Amino acid sequence: MKKNKSKFKFQITSLYMAPSALGMLLFYVAPFVVVIYFSLINNPIKKDFVGLENYIKLARNDAFIQAIKNTTLFSMTAVPLAVVLSLVLAFWLNSGIYFKSHLRSAFLTPLMVPIASIVLIWQVLFDYSGVVNELIEKCGAGKVDWLKTSAGMLVILLLFLWKNLGYNMILFLSAMSAIPEDIIEVAKLDGAGKWRIFFSVKIRYLMPTIVFTIFLSTINSFKIFREIYMLTGGYPVEGLYMLQHYMNNTFQSVDYQKLSTAAIYMSIVMIIIIGLLFAVENYFGKDLEDE
Amino acid sequence: MIKEKKRHIINVILTILAVFTAVMFLVPIVLTVTNSFMSESEIVSNYGSIFKGLSDGKKYVSDTANLKFLPDMVSFSQYATVLFKSPDYLIKFWNSIILVVPIVFFQLIVAVFAAYGFTRTKGKLSAIIFFAYIILMMMPYQVTLVPNYMVLRLMNLLDTNWSIWLPGIFSPFSVYLLTKFMKRIPSSLFEAAMIDGASELQVFLKICTPMSKGIITSCAILVFIDYWNMVEQPLLFFTDEFKYPLSIYLVKINSGDVGIAFAVATIYMIPSLLIYLFGEEQLIEGVTLQGSVKG
Repeated sequence: MKKNKSKFKFQITSLYMAPSALGMLLFYVAPFVVVIYFSLINNPIKKDFVGLENYIKLARNDAFIQAIKNTTLFSMTAVPLAVVLSLVLAFWLNSGIYFKSHLRSAFLTPLMVPIASIVLIWQVLFDYSGVVNELIEKCGAGKVDWLKTSAGMLVILLLFLWKNLGYNMILFLSAMSAIPEDIIEVAKLDGAGKWRIFFSVKIRYLMPTIVFTIFLSTINSFKIFREIYMLTGGYPVEGLYMLQHYMNNTFQSVDYQKLSTAAIYMSIVMIIIIGLLFAVENYFGKDLEDE
Repeated sequence: MIKEKKRHIINVILTILAVFTAVMFLVPIVLTVTNSFMSESEIVSNYGSIFKGLSDGKKYVSDTANLKFLPDMVSFSQYATVLFKSPDYLIKFWNSIILVVPIVFFQLIVAVFAAYGFTRTKGKLSAIIFFAYIILMMMPYQVTLVPNYMVLRLMNLLDTNWSIWLPGIFSPFSVYLLTKFMKRIPSSLFEAAMIDGASELQVFLKICTPMSKGIITSCAILVFIDYWNMVEQPLLFFTDEFKYPLSIYLVKINSGDVGIAFAVATIYMIPSLLIYLFGEEQLIEGVTLQGSVKG
């Protein structure tokens, strides 16, 4: 076959992507350049170039720092739990139990339910005079003001896991069904014990999916704003004030400099995370291909 | 024999535990539905303490919440109020439909074309563009909404439905998922058709699209759930609350008309639950295909 030497030779199929690419360019990419520009000037009227001043100012902004702390804390707790628990669920469903497909459907259902519909019952459960507190009181412990103190993080965590476990579980289930049976058989013949097979074969084969779920859950954990907003409004207690609240509230005060700078900060972090994801995926991809 | 029996017992125990866990997962949904069949006064007397100050201080409010799985008496009064007496909620429900359906429909049309383009176009440039799609797809809303906002303001589209539709239609998610699927179709299939004299358009319409039917449905489901749940965009792009979809407006009811909130919440989840009921297989297929980033 003749190889196409010139890189940018026009191909008729590129026309098919044109509408989408133009839309992306118009609504996402081009204005992003404007965002970068806004992050580098002092105000939209004078338009003086101020270098990194906005970045330095924002890095010293208390609300911004608080938001970063909370977001990091949440992601660091939510992500490991989301991955480990969903892995447990997947192994559980695969352990030969009955009603497997019904159970799978049940665990996936929360994904389909709009958060807005569920917030109400969540409030009934976790309000100060709510059901959970009533139970706690019956057990003789003190009431907790779940939604108006830092304890709210736990409630949000629960909501996050409730919503995301099923999704991760599906990913693990499909990865498990792709583990070649004969490798497990060979390992058994070689005298490998249950645990050895679990760690050296199963977990090893699941590793790329585990990595992928870690990243996916991280990205999802950055979207937690929705849940917090619905449960506690735009200005929650300090412990629940996320990076997205900061962005949202800055939007409302129309401070383009702060907003743009925060967006750039956040996208830098995201690009690092995504870059890592690609690097790690490549690494594990090779690892398994070498077998 | 004994070993088999032991295995069976373990399975039964594991099943019972799993069923229990699954029930816990479903409780919030079931409670919302059962509570929607309580009369408004029953709701107020059960949960009045939680939403007090908001329920015009009715006397019979107890101090603690009183969670009930089943209503004392099945009543459709909540639904009657929502459907016939307060058109507000129906309007918001309609807003949701008006905002979401065009996005799902047109995002998929744009994406089917684009995915075919990415699958069939060789070369570095298309690979780089596709990479940009993946990065943008993973960005949280708070990042992408800033550039969206800048453009929409410039085009004077803020406060119109277009401000939700346009970024939604060109959002990269479906392009990504469909491309991933189409790249798995053996290209020899396309090439054979070309040799037989089919045009690119014919290959696209008669071979590629029909083969992708299943995954297009999966995509539609995933896009629908995502936008049916939308909060950020209308919150930032609409100043007129009249245009709000029910997903945001529900929060406001929660603190106002508690008596009918459960019915509204139930009505709001019906479309997505129906879709789940009929499209579970496609949904799982779509989720599975996302199993890794690379194509």
